[in-house]
Amino acid sequence: MSLYGVSSQLLEIIAALLLAPLLSGWVGQWRAWLQNKSAPSLLQPYRLLHKLFHKESVLAEHASPLFRGAPYIAFGCMTLACAIVPTLSTDLPLAPAADAIALVGLFALARVFISLAAMDIGTAFGTLGARREMLIGFLAEPALLMVLFSTSLISQSTSLTTMVQTLSQRDLAIYPGLAFAGVAFTMVSLAENARVPVDNPATHLELTMIHEALILEYSGRHLALLEWAASLKLFAYSCIGLALFFPWGIAAADAPLALLLALPVLVLKLAAGGVALALLETFSAKMRIFRVPEFLATAFLMAVIGLLVHILLGG
Amino acid sequence: MNHWLHLDWVLVVVAAWLLVGLVGVFALRRLNFVARLLFPAGGALALALFGVALAAMGSGPEVAVLPIGLPTLPFHLRLDSLSAFFLMVIGATAAGVSAFAAGYFRRGEGTPPGLLCLEYHLFLASMVGVVLADDAYAFMVMWETMALSSFFLVTANHRIPEIRRAGYLYLLVAHVGAIAILMCFGVLQANTGDYSFANMRAQSLSPFWASIAFALAVFGFGAKAGLLPLHVWLPEAHPAAPSPVSALMSAVMLKTAVYGLLRVSFDLLSYPLWWWGAALLALGLATALFGVVFAAVQVDMKRLLAYSSIENIGLIVAAVGLALVFAAYRMHALAALALTAALYHVASHALFKSLLFLGTGSVLHATGERNLGRLGGLMRCMPWVAWVTLVGVLASAGLPPLGGFVAEWLLLQSFLFTPGLPNPVLNMLIPVVAALIALVAALAGYTMVKFFGIIFLGQPREDKLARAHDAGPWERTGMSWLVAGCIVLGLLPVPFIQLIDPVTRLLVSAGLGEAVARSGWLLAPAGVDRASYGPVVFLLGVAASFALAWLLVRRLYHGRVRRAPAWACGFPWGNARMQDTAEGFGQPIRQIFEPFFRMRRELPTPFDERPRYRVDIDDPFWFWLYLPVAALVARVARLVGLLQQGRIAVYLMFSFVTLIVMLVVVAR
Repeated sequence: MSLYGVSSQLLEIIAALLLAPLLSGWVGQWRAWLQNKSAPSLLQPYRLLHKLFHKESVLAEHASPLFRGAPYIAFGCMTLACAIVPTLSTDLPLAPAADAIALVGLFALARVFISLAAMDIGTAFGTLGARREMLIGFLAEPALLMVLFSTSLISQSTSLTTMVQTLSQRDLAIYPGLAFAGVAFTMVSLAENARVPVDNPATHLELTMIHEALILEYSGRHLALLEWAASLKLFAYSCIGLALFFPWGIAAADAPLALLLALPVLVLKLAAGGVALALLETFSAKMRIFRVPEFLATAFLMAVIGLLVHILLGG
Repeated sequence: MNHWLHLDWVLVVVAAWLLVGLVGVFALRRLNFVARLLFPAGGALALALFGVALAAMGSGPEVAVLPIGLPTLPFHLRLDSLSAFFLMVIGATAAGVSAFAAGYFRRGEGTPPGLLCLEYHLFLASMVGVVLADDAYAFMVMWETMALSSFFLVTANHRIPEIRRAGYLYLLVAHVGAIAILMCFGVLQANTGDYSFANMRAQSLSPFWASIAFALAVFGFGAKAGLLPLHVWLPEAHPAAPSPVSALMSAVMLKTAVYGLLRVSFDLLSYPLWWWGAALLALGLATALFGVVFAAVQVDMKRLLAYSSIENIGLIVAAVGLALVFAAYRMHALAALALTAALYHVASHALFKSLLFLGTGSVLHATGERNLGRLGGLMRCMPWVAWVTLVGVLASAGLPPLGGFVAEWLLLQSFLFTPGLPNPVLNMLIPVVAALIALVAALAGYTMVKFFGIIFLGQPREDKLARAHDAGPWERTGMSWLVAGCIVLGLLPVPFIQLIDPVTRLLVSAGLGEAVARSGWLLAPAGVDRASYGPVVFLLGVAASFALAWLLVRRLYHGRVRRAPAWACGFPWGNARMQDTAEGFGQPIRQIFEPFFRMRRELPTPFDERPRYRVDIDDPFWFWLYLPVAALVARVARLVGLLQQGRIAVYLMFSFVTLIVMLVVVAR
């Protein structure tokens, strides 16, 4: 464990924690612009977090410790996820603790705890949200794993850092399998991050909520942590996508200069990705909950096709 | 007493168990004596068994011949690493379950406690016998003892007709399976008339007969393990049995079938064929998917767990199938990886499933309800059981950093590291199979959220639930032991894989022990740059950010909390009945996997005075397979019945005709 490794790891965590709300704000801003609305400030998510942390937390009378602990667990899981995904550097001392499969497990852990917490109060909306969240989870998880598998076949490794190293050092060959995987990954990320065709982060209708329904009973600091965790999740997914499909600019081991350069590159890539996300969200309409299985099954099939194409062509 | 072999100590434990059982018979109705003294003694013996098996893990095979049974047919016993592994699983699980049982059995539960004690310890002893047996005779005797003792345990509450029916079904399937196993041994001994396993190992059968033997073994052991289509007894017998018994059956007895399958296919048969593995893989996956989909729509908590056991057995069998494929192609390292995944799952499933069954036992005792629709909110009156069950739930859902995830991780790795089987069809299919495994795992998460959320979270759906009491000290002891096991398996995969290294060396002549030792604290069977998983760091990472977030929030802001009624979007008329029910939680699954089910729905119309919603879900295999077979048997019986006229003249005529036919045959 070198000094470089430790510092790149720390830099990555701090960058993730600080940039994640910014990314959410950026996407929100672009969404508003594209829909001809006047946009909130880029710093709005930070103001929201600040405000929520200041407020006292109102808990339901019979809320159990699970309800109070879940936001911290979700936040912890997402922080660890951001620490593992190579966003700035591939020399990460924490990365060996979890490969791509364990990363999927990490997201699942957070999801299970948030869903359980939503069921804890025993309101109709909470349990409904938990059911829907788990529904989307079990549909999206295999598709996500398939995407990661098809990229891991190229590098013969499920370790994210090795995957990124292999993918960034290859010649500019075209992997047709990777294109399918990219489409599938986009669809899965939309579903997992409660984005428009599946869920609407700006909805006010309780009956159509998924993610928002889960956190209806939260307030104050707990809500702030959950909001932060949600933007960290979006950040982590964006970074996984960027690392797998646009891996250039991520610093390798022992390259301090590249590490310094990696941050602006990441910000640029994220900015472009955020605009693309806002465009996708603007151009699509939210679908009924029972269309979601079809949507995610399509993603799953795309990923499987990508995998088979890769095996057939002998990538 | 250094010259005592491990095997001798195991036999001492078995003898002591039988003794404990016999003492129980002499104290038939003295509940306190049986529960507070005999069951803990049995638990201590199980712990001793665990220790002996642990010590026997690395040592070479030990044999013994017991002069019991028929004069010329002694029992041959053999303790090798495979047996030692399963003894370890039996010992560890039984220790927890026995301690729990000490506080569980109550007065007036049908079979008197002393008799239960005998059946229970006989059941444990026979399971040990099954994994020790080294000839077909001893194996079948032990196997049948196990089936019979567990049958009597299942029907402990024999005054209830459904329980008798469930027990009968169990006995029937167990015996159909036992016949297949007997025939399998018949094929394996290859007309030599010597039924010892040593002789079977020495025979090399033709591929045709070897395949027959393998198919019979899959059928026979599959009936015990609950492979598709022979799974129907599981969801009936598990809810019928008392909870400690369901725990033992689901956690350990199903594993003896896995043991048998491993013993026959890797040890007794001299070489595997690749399509055996492929068939087993397909069967295991179908079972896993079927089990988890059905688990997700159950409304009875023990039935839900029974279907979840079917799912887990399916995953284990799929891993065994994959190991067979690799072994057939002489890819020993990969076979070892898949087999390690299977064994890991055997151990972790034994621990978390017994934990979950014991949890349902505590809930059942506290509330008298098995129906999920009448539970809810128990976390507030039974916090201890709830937290302990939560560990089991997380392990069962295959979430890191617990044991279930390690097994899944290893299994997925073995699917991924197929750098090229010489069979292109398999090569294409195996990654898709990995996707199905991922789907099963994710669905298991869904099911477990339903299980825990509906029982322990939310508001109590019945008034009486508020008076539920937490588990007693004995129950807590037993469950704590199992929780500790789940956590150890989750956090220390490297030592455990090193421990079971001799087993894979024995079966596929390769092990992961050295490979995992090289990477130290990380689990990296093929090198850190290929794949790695470090549960301790994983846990510490989450815990550290948890703690930091908590501290920083308090430091920078405040820790004020106000308690108020639930907000529920400002809807003040909410009540416990408006929460999602178990049926509601299963609804998306019912809709998505509709072809799987046979459903009868009663939907209310808008004009109903008392609207009523009802949905019944039946196992389609009853209608596709069992009822037609039953009808066929009935028809044949009716034809045979035509012979039975009940008049003596007719019977005399039968004898007369038979005599004439025989005379004609002899005279020719």
